[in-house]
Amino acid sequence: MKFLRDTWLVFQRQMQLLLRNPVWVIVGITQPLFYLFLFAPLMSKALGQGRPLSQGETYQLFVPGMLVMVALFSAFSGFGIIAELRAGVIERNRVTPVSRVALLLGRSLRDVVQLMFQAVLVTLLSYPFGLRIAVGDAVLAFLLVGLMALLLSSLGYALGLALKSEDAMAPLLNTLIQPIMLLSGILLPIAMGPAWLQRLADFNPFSWAVSGVRALFAGHPGDDSVWQALAILTPLTVIALIVSSRTFAKSVR
Amino acid sequence: MIIETSGLRKSFRSRAGRDVKTVEAVRGVDLSVAEGEIFGFLGPNGAGKTTTLRMLATLLEPDGGSAVIAGADLRKNPGEVRRRIGYVAQGGSTWDDSTGREELVLHARMYGISKAEAQRRAADALNTFELAEYADRKCKTYSGGQRRRVDIALGIIHQPKVVFLDEPTTGLDPQSRAHMWGEVRKLQQMGMTVFLTTHYLDEADALCDRLAIMDHGQIVAEGTPADLKQEVLGDVVSVQLQRDVPRAADLFGDTDFVRKLETTEQSLRLYVEDGASVIPHVLRTLDAEKIAIDGIELHRPSLDDVFLAKTGRSLRES
Repeated sequence: MKFLRDTWLVFQRQMQLLLRNPVWVIVGITQPLFYLFLFAPLMSKALGQGRPLSQGETYQLFVPGMLVMVALFSAFSGFGIIAELRAGVIERNRVTPVSRVALLLGRSLRDVVQLMFQAVLVTLLSYPFGLRIAVGDAVLAFLLVGLMALLLSSLGYALGLALKSEDAMAPLLNTLIQPIMLLSGILLPIAMGPAWLQRLADFNPFSWAVSGVRALFAGHPGDDSVWQALAILTPLTVIALIVSSRTFAKSVR
Repeated sequence: MIIETSGLRKSFRSRAGRDVKTVEAVRGVDLSVAEGEIFGFLGPNGAGKTTTLRMLATLLEPDGGSAVIAGADLRKNPGEVRRRIGYVAQGGSTWDDSTGREELVLHARMYGISKAEAQRRAADALNTFELAEYADRKCKTYSGGQRRRVDIALGIIHQPKVVFLDEPTTGLDPQSRAHMWGEVRKLQQMGMTVFLTTHYLDEADALCDRLAIMDHGQIVAEGTPADLKQEVLGDVVSVQLQRDVPRAADLFGDTDFVRKLETTEQSLRLYVEDGASVIPHVLRTLDAEKIAIDGIELHRPSLDDVFLAKTGRSLRES
């Protein structure tokens, strides 16, 4: 009970601050939107491998990649925690008996809500281009993406608390996120690549996630890739939450 | 005793290139603080004051030693310690985009206080610390002194038995500092035990009922400011005379209240335990002997003299 109440307290506060300055929610989806409107139209021929895809089919392949891309950006949560650390807010929280897991989870859930809003917006904006998806499949797809956001934002917090400096955080995140992004087949399905690239991508959990979300957008909720993505992401998320809440409990200076 | 520590230790490993050095920040601190007093930790930067405070506030795990705070064991039951203490950090604790009231309500609720009660306490605290006017403005619009007052209000919103203040007046202008001393005394009047750190001599002197002087991770002296100063060398009464210095010196040379006597060409310096009670006697004696006095001065030793005596360095220099 106390844990749920504490999580709700932290979440509420974070939401309040987010709504007070919502510009970042929009900034967060500008890049995927540029890809959707300026890059996706190029892809209909390339993706079709001979037979040009319809606009709807193109977006069916491309939108899932963009959703995962936005989810990957959740790792940038670490920047916010560094600012909070510097302001003394984290230390002030730690001196109260508030649950350490709640300090993390309340913040990460805010990131999940933000991502959900962005994901729904990106999906709706793709509707005029002929994207169609069943509500049930969409809910499952958003669940997968939300799980990814939870995983990455909690890792971002742990990283921010460990590094304590934006200058150290920025290059590290870029170096980590870039190969993860390329190896998840966000822009083009990884299946189009050579075998060695596919084997490499097998080690990237987000590659599995993209396949799962693509299957759902294609209207195949029963596809193996859907449960595989869930089975890979769920334990990883639990581990990330445990590790990150430990960093909240530990000394911060 | 509301705080009792024994052998509290903490060391840090610092790395410069390939060298890993162990810095012993706190090496065995034994302390007792009585309920209701303002207890001060005086020492130069890097003496280990903040590290000790952070250990007592459950923010840092001690390497060794033990402490009982407000009846709860620091090592075995930090959760209970957290409920009974408040902690006000040195660098501030408010978020730019939140208002003072929001911060207070949230902070109170983190102690398990209901929403309605938290709002009532926030309103009370805002009044107590003269912040009501700015309560609903964002913290980034506050002055340094206002922000520090919010920090203190946050530290005591759950009515703790003990409140730790880390350098409460560092970085404040003289007027805000004087104001802050008033706030600290207010906490004592509310029934709290106040444990603060400072590197200001005048602050330790004026504010603290008792203090411990810390240097290189250890306590080098402990007592009331007056006792500490007495212990070192006592008061100095210096009498300016136009002539007859040797004759005057003879008058006081053998008396039992003078610990030590120094003369210069035109003055007499008497080292005594309590200068104020000695002065009338000195004046009467000189008057009876018809020795004319140019002036008389009472010099009380400062805490800096104490620090100098205990560490061989002046606090102002270190």
